[in-house]
Formats: sequence, C-alpha cells, structure tokens
Amino acid sequence: MKAPTIGSWFTRGEIAAPADIEGAALRSDRFRLEREGDWRRLEQIVIRMEKGGLRRVDDEDLLALPTLYRTAASSLSVARETSLDAATLGYLESLVQRAWFQVYGPRKGFFAWLREFFFGGWSRAVREIWLDICIALFVCVAGAVVGWLLVAQNSDWYYRLIPIGLAGDRGPGASRETLLASLGTEESTSGLSTFAASLFSNNAGVCILAFALGFAFGIPSLMLLVHNMAMLGAILWLFSEAGLIVEFSAWLSVHGTTELFGILLSGAAGLHIGRSMAFPGERSVLEAASISGRRSAVVMVGVVIMMVVAAILEAFPRQLVEGAQNRFIIGGTFGVFWLAYFFLYFPSGGIVDDLDDAEGLA
Amino acid sequence: MSAAIAPLPTDKRQRTLITPEGIAIPVTIASRGSRMGALVLDFLILIFGLIAIFVFLAFVAEGLFEEMDNAVEGAISGAAEFLIILLILLIFMARYGYFLTMELGPRGATWGKRMVGIRVAARGGGRLTPEAIIARNLLRDIELFMPLIFLLIAPSGESGSFGLAGMVWFMVFMAFPFFNKDAMRAGDVIAGTWVVDAPRTRLAEALSTQGAAVQGTSDMTGARYEFGEEELSIYGEHELQTLERMLRDAQPEALSAVHATICRKIGWDPGAGDERAFLEAFYAQLRARLEGDMRFGKRKADKFS
Repeated sequence: MKAPTIGSWFTRGEIAAPADIEGAALRSDRFRLEREGDWRRLEQIVIRMEKGGLRRVDDEDLLALPTLYRTAASSLSVARETSLDAATLGYLESLVQRAWFQVYGPRKGFFAWLREFFFGGWSRAVREIWLDICIALFVCVAGAVVGWLLVAQNSDWYYRLIPIGLAGDRGPGASRETLLASLGTEESTSGLSTFAASLFSNNAGVCILAFALGFAFGIPSLMLLVHNMAMLGAILWLFSEAGLIVEFSAWLSVHGTTELFGILLSGAAGLHIGRSMAFPGERSVLEAASISGRRSAVVMVGVVIMMVVAAILEAFPRQLVEGAQNRFIIGGTFGVFWLAYFFLYFPSGGIVDDLDDAEGLA
Repeated sequence: MSAAIAPLPTDKRQRTLITPEGIAIPVTIASRGSRMGALVLDFLILIFGLIAIFVFLAFVAEGLFEEMDNAVEGAISGAAEFLIILLILLIFMARYGYFLTMELGPRGATWGKRMVGIRVAARGGGRLTPEAIIARNLLRDIELFMPLIFLLIAPSGESGSFGLAGMVWFMVFMAFPFFNKDAMRAGDVIAGTWVVDAPRTRLAEALSTQGAAVQGTSDMTGARYEFGEEELSIYGEHELQTLERMLRDAQPEALSAVHATICRKIGWDPGAGDERAFLEAFYAQLRARLEGDMRFGKRKADKFS
C-alpha cells in the first residue's frame, strides 16, 4: 500500500519505535509523534479489554487507563484545532470512542448482575410496577369472568375461545369420567421432561410476546391477557358443570400459581411500558419509554425463570402427584413463596443505578 | 484493517456525546443499510450454526434421531429424550440468547455487527446497562421472529390471512427506523439505546517525516521543491486532505494525474518521474501554511473559499 521508501521508514514493532520527532517538518506532526506512544498503549489496553474484559489487563495498565484515556481525549481536542492530518484525527476519534466504551462499559459482569438480580433487583422491579400489576390483575379476573359468563350463556362460545387442538375431548357435553381422566396422572416419567422443555419454550414465548406488545401503548398486552383468561374461565365453567371445580383447581394450581403469576407479570410489564409512553409526565416520551423499558426488562428475566419453574412443575408434579390436597399444597406453597419474595423481601444495600453511574471515572 | 483514512463525515448522522467529564466524543449513527447487513449476517450465522450442530448430532447419535420419530407414540429412551430437550433448549437459546449474550460483551455487538463495524451504545452517552440490552433484545422477538414465524406458516394455508398480517407487521417494524432521525428500531426506543459506527482505524505514519516532505528535497533527483506564497494560497483544507488520502493510497496513476493538475494550477511545468517527491513537498508546505493560519483562527475550507 505504501511507496517502497516509506515502508522502511520505521518498523512497526510491539511498542511503537520512537519516531524521529525532530525530523518532522510540521509542528502538528511533532505534537502527534510526542504523544503517539501513549495513544498506542491505550489502544493495546482497549484491544485487550475488548477481547476478554478486565481480567486480561494487568493492574499497572488498569491504573493508567483513566489517565491515558483523558490524554487521548485532550489530544483529540487539541488536534482538532491545530492539525489538518485527517488520518490522525480519524484515528484519535475512533480511539477515544473505543476507550470511552470500555471505560464506561458495563461495570458488572453478567454473573454479578445476576446475583444482584436475585438478591433484590428482581423483587424491587416487581414492586416498582405494582400499579400495573393491579391493573393487569383486574383485567385477568375480568377476562376469566367474561369467559365463564359467555360460555354459561351459550356453550358454542366454548369452541370459539378454545382452539381445537387444546380442547381435545374436553368439550361441553363430555362425560364426567372423560374430564376426570384428563386430570389424572401418568404412570412413568417417560416423555415428561420433553414435555417440560417444550412447555417452557412455548410459555416463555407467550410471556415475551405479552411484554413486547406493550410497545403499542399496552393495549395488545391487555388483550392477550383477556383472551388467555377468557379461555381459563371457559374451562373452569366446563369443569364446574361436571362438578369437578375443586379437582380442576387443584390440578391447575400445581403449576398455575407460578405460570399465571408469570403471565400476569409479563402483561403488567408490557402495560408499564405502554402506560409510561402514553403518559410520560414531565419526561420526554423516549426517556420515559427507556426508563420503563429497562425496569420491565428486569421483570421479564424473572418471568422467564418463573416459566422454567412452571414448566417443571407442570410436567412432573402435576402429572405424577395425585389427590387434590397434595396438589393444592404444592401450588399454594409456590404461590405464597412468590408473593413473599416479591412483596416482603426488602434486602438492604442494593446498588442504586444512579449512584453507580455517578461514580464514573473517579 | 487498512491504514487510517478518516471517513468523510456524513453530517446527518453525526452526533456528539458529552461524557461525564465533559469531553465531546463524536459518534456516527450506523446507517440503516449496515444494520440490515449485520442482521442478515447474524441470521446466516444462526442458521448455519444450528445446521452444523444438527449435522454433528445426527452424525454422533444417528440412532437416536431415528428414535425421535417414534417419540409421538411415547416409546422413547432416556438418551433420545435428553437429545430432544437439548434441541428444544438450543433453539430457544438461539432465538433469545445469541443476540443477548453477544451484546452484553465488551464489544457490545453480535458477530454480524462486528463484521460491518457497528455496535450498540446507550443513547445520549450514559452507561450501557444489562437491562437495556435485555429490553432491546426482547423486543426483537415481536419485530422479527414473530412475523417471520407467521410468514413461515402462511404457505400451508391453514392459517388464513396470517401471512398477510405477518407481512404488514413485519413491514411496520422494519420501516420503524426510517421514521426517526436516529434510525432506532422499536427495541432501541424501549431500551434507550442506539446503534453507532465503531470504527477501528489504525494509526497511519506521519507524512511530514517522510521523503520530500521533510526538506522539500527529492531523494531521487535531488531537486528541491519550494513553493511560494501565491502557489500555496490556491488550495484549502478539503484539497489538502484529498491529497493526503492519495499520498497514503500511493497509486502511481492517480499521483501523476494530481501532479499534472497541481502543476497546471500553479503554473509550473509538469515534469515526469518525480511526482511523489513533488506532491510530498507540496503537501507538507501547504499543510504548514494552512495550519499556521489555523493557529491564528484563519481557516480555508476549500479552494473556493
């Protein structure tokens, strides 16, 4: 790429060879050559950080990083005023930007973040969207009641609400025995873990959908909740007609307390985004959306975890444990656990994000 | 990575971040085209990665795959069951995990984004938090995966107008970045992020330490090039930086063309064979003059000003 005479001018080693500063004809090039060593050192550190985080950088370099970063940044502002060397300016701009991303990059690793999430972050985020949870809960209950009433008035509604594949032989007019059999247990665990994995994948997908639809001012999230709960209401009616409401509730509660709670939270998280975009208050819409979006994202990570738990419960205990009482105990325990974890668990010493940001480079 | 040549500024996409210590850092919003390119690359990586894993598994555990066909009837061994779970989780991870974990890394970019040289950053110069990355990638699900699934099941005809709905949906979200000046997609809005160019330029050699730039003397012929006040006042910064690019590219034909043009402009008689030395000397002296003026606050943007 270079003319042959230039290629031999100085060799590019590991550390930049001290260039002929006096030999440079231009003042701006002398400025550059004097500082080039620092820039290159910063570049090396940044490259190492980009490859593998802080662990690959030794202490000495890490201590020098803020100083080197500021040197490069001030070099950039001086160079902008004194140099017309486009290549140097371009290099400095990219270097300062890359260094900035590393210096102000995520301070916590993923696992540190996860720990903070379990010990406080999750339950705090859930508490912060309490109003949306209340609205979503109201909508859920209303949906279930509507589903029940619709089917009670005209059983044709059942087929409109419940997809054929899901209904199976559970339909209006099915015998009590058929319905009871569908609440029965399996004899062996064979195939159940596959069932669990596919349940998880499916349910987590539904929850993420309920959350993501909150983007359209939360209305689709609520519609999704209403639809799902209307289905539940219809099935509840079906079983209560056959006098099996207690058995069905027990069967459902095993995983339902976890799963329905998760769906409720994801709908609430979606609603939270939608609500803050519709009513941003004094903030700009974009700002409001991003603040609520980040908060809801924390809730959603929790929802995915709840879906894992729910899928395991749905596939194993529900299919294997018999008896309404045992099923209620399992379901009730999980329900109480989630409620206690979200609303009674106030760990102290949680890291406040703003504080974290304010520390900056200091 | 080629030697550093400053990208021509595209003003509409230029933004300035002010860091907490008050340093202005220029960033360029990634073009919509490069983001599209990155997305296509990521999809190719995901699809070929999954195919490779499937082929590998099929190769290692051929019998188990045959057994999976019988899984519906319920007769299945533990190993095959494990394999099915593995596959279900693998697809789940590919759908949600790939973008998430890649963007959580120090580069803030998936492989596709790295290849086209862009990365995710917090809007307005804050710290990029894990929550933001999670939020923007959860939204990807409705922007991309849901409508794609609609489109995939549409041809079967079972779902009525699902295909059309998926198409409209897809179009709405794909068009989203075109309706705001920061080229944000819906996920960026929710997460408070944007996608910026992440140039990785290498420091090029200083031109004024080389060849005829130093003394104005040609190594080859010994001729000395000195330009007077009048000759140097023709060109401005734009021409200087164009000349810099040409000197760094070092294409002989381009250099001799430029040499001829400059000679005509300043009224010299263009010789032949020593173009590079001439241009180096001209570059160094023009830059010295322009930078000298710059220190006194006089700037000349191009030859017309």
